[in-house]
Amino acid sequence: METLTINVLLAVMAVTVTAMALQRNLFGVVVLFGIYSFLMATVLVALDAVDVAMTEAAVGAGVSTVLLLGALYLTGGTEAKPSRRPLLPLALSIAVGAVLVYGMLGLPGFSDPGAPIHVHVAPHYLEASVRETGVPNVVTAVLASYRGYDTLGETAVVFTAGIGVIALLRRRREKESR
Amino acid sequence: MSAIAGHFSYGITVFLMVAGLYILMARANLLKKLIGLALMQTSVYLLYIAPGKLIGGTAPIIAEGFERYSNPLPHVLILTAIVVGVATLALGLALVVRIREAYGSIEEDEILERED
Amino acid sequence: MKSDIILRVIAKLLMPFTLIFALYVQFHGDFGPGGGFQAGVIAAAAVVFYSIIFGLEAGRRLVPGWVVEKVLATGVLVYAVTGLAGIALGGNYLDYFVLDADPVTGQHRGIFWVEVGVALTVSGVMIKLFYMFAGRSREPEDA
Repeated sequence: METLTINVLLAVMAVTVTAMALQRNLFGVVVLFGIYSFLMATVLVALDAVDVAMTEAAVGAGVSTVLLLGALYLTGGTEAKPSRRPLLPLALSIAVGAVLVYGMLGLPGFSDPGAPIHVHVAPHYLEASVRETGVPNVVTAVLASYRGYDTLGETAVVFTAGIGVIALLRRRREKESR
Repeated sequence: MSAIAGHFSYGITVFLMVAGLYILMARANLLKKLIGLALMQTSVYLLYIAPGKLIGGTAPIIAEGFERYSNPLPHVLILTAIVVGVATLALGLALVVRIREAYGSIEEDEILERED
Repeated sequence: MKSDIILRVIAKLLMPFTLIFALYVQFHGDFGPGGGFQAGVIAAAAVVFYSIIFGLEAGRRLVPGWVVEKVLATGVLVYAVTGLAGIALGGNYLDYFVLDADPVTGQHRGIFWVEVGVALTVSGVMIKLFYMFAGRSREPEDA
């Protein structure tokens, strides 16, 4: 039953992405992107990734959509019709897809408890996190304590993005407020 | 047949990644290229988290009465990846806004014409 | 949009609950889903919501631009200083078990301050991004 829910949601996401590729009105594309992010957050809840689902819903369907709408207001609403048929990109994409499909056939099947990712560090984190850090949420314990350096780097990346946008967009203000 | 059913999530991941790649390569509008890039990033989230799921398991929050937990390590990596993704998108959009003001258009062909 | 009474009333009702929910998610990130990132984005969403309904000038009066800039820099600073506190008390950089006599309490303290730093930076950056994109004027069409 769980697998059926996940597969149906994944199929709807694939349909949304196809619609996004074919749509030329950019406002419609941004709305489809918001829908896609919400579907991704739902699939993540079905896959037991509750922290990630909350972040994806807040960031992907919230902040990303607002920023895309802001940029769309400042730039303009419709994509021009392509001047020539994009045959080379289509062929290249299908070739890359074929190679990836060939590669992923060797990966372990869905929900295989003997898969390599379940046997190295993860059982240690699940077993030792309450004893060593006192925090029941294993994802928070790993994020803030066991892998604290990565989170420091990521906070620095977010800070750099903020600084970059300030540097790029600082000068011109709304003229009516002067 | 069961091999295909067991690999359906990987198949959708590959489809989303290739669709994002196609949008990035084939469309000339800079805003649409950025959306294609964001699509490729979200397909990677799926690639990491789907194998960590265990049927019959639960979210990795230790509580009384639960024995099987889904793997917490991909969740940590993807949390960082999501936030880095939105940072990249924000910087890309700021650059697109400045390009629009400098060249008057965000279609790649028109910008290249105006460059010469 | 502030002339529409339904939107005004709903915005005034929703905003305090959203901010309390952001604080809840921040401090209960140890026991349920949540943590610094989610809390920061939810708090930023409350301010962005207020700015959308009541106008950017009202939003800028509520949370001025310079306050947001200071907040987003303070977050990274809090995180880095928590690491330095580990060195000052005898361990390596970002060691939490030296922050208290009992190592588990030390871990709790370290995780708490680190999550506060992350939430400050993320909320500051999201609000600042919105201010930058919404505050820029559209250029007049070329003749």
